[in-house]
Amino acid sequence: MTALPLVLTVFVACAVEAVEALTIVLAAGLTRQWRSTFQGMAAALVMLAAVVGVLGPTITLLPLGVLRLVVGALLAIFGLQWLRKAILRASGHKALHDEASAYLREVAAAKAAPVSSRRWVSDWYAFNLSFKGVLLEGLEVVFIVITFGDNQRNLGAAVIGAAVAVVAVTVTGIAVRAPLARVPENAMKFLVGIMLTSFGTFWGAEGAGVTWPGGDAALLVIVPVVAVISLGYVAWLRRYRPAARLGQPARTPVAESGGVTG
Amino acid sequence: MLRALKSFGAFWYDFVIGDDWHVAAIVVAALGLTALLTHAAHVSAWWLIPLAAFAALAWSLHRATSRKP
Repeated sequence: MTALPLVLTVFVACAVEAVEALTIVLAAGLTRQWRSTFQGMAAALVMLAAVVGVLGPTITLLPLGVLRLVVGALLAIFGLQWLRKAILRASGHKALHDEASAYLREVAAAKAAPVSSRRWVSDWYAFNLSFKGVLLEGLEVVFIVITFGDNQRNLGAAVIGAAVAVVAVTVTGIAVRAPLARVPENAMKFLVGIMLTSFGTFWGAEGAGVTWPGGDAALLVIVPVVAVISLGYVAWLRRYRPAARLGQPARTPVAESGGVTG
Repeated sequence: MLRALKSFGAFWYDFVIGDDWHVAAIVVAALGLTALLTHAAHVSAWWLIPLAAFAALAWSLHRATSRKP
């Protein structure tokens, strides 16, 4: 398989995570204090670099079959959770993820929180908010980069896809100094869910000993099939959408955690 | 210490398993069954995991949307 699908999948997945992290960082920086926000961001990036430094090379020591079984299972589970939320959102059973309203919620909470300092951090709330936001979203980036990169024995291509996404989102965020609400985040999450599920299914089965008909070319069938079936589920669930939804933002009868998977 | 361990475990559970553990259980069971069919019975069971994934997703969506508000 060429590196292009790998780079594109990692790019889209990481761009989504970077947009969410940017919303949190902007809320902390613009409402509270930039110095503590950057300190929190830097601390999270150091921790993420340590995770990549330890996990990346360690995972490559595993035999390819075991790696594909474990990583395939994780990716399939992870991807199905993304897809589940994306389908619920697309069919109106769960509120669409809205970066502008997420930003307003973070700003309101940041304005209400008292200022307290700890050691070299002058605004602990800004530090903490920025640290947690970047770490949580960054862990998903790390997970996707390591699993895709190691499995394809091409960690460099995965890192490039992630780095380009993070830099593009950061530069855009600095330019507009506002949450990137126009990014089609829900559609991108749907796409990422399809890709993670497809690759997870493919690698997991290979790790379990399966030989796919057509080898790597089977992915060219798996991805569209997953997409078509997912869209079919959306159409199916739209028929059972709770009443009085037309023209209104969807209420959320589906009580779920905010979760890290979208 | 115990609280920190609990929240660490809860974070990773939420990170990997998410809102519906049944999906994870079905995927793991399907992988195990595929390995068994492939190695013990020499059946080319490439179709099993995609089928299990679609079934798990459908069941999970049905459970999520049929809950009482």
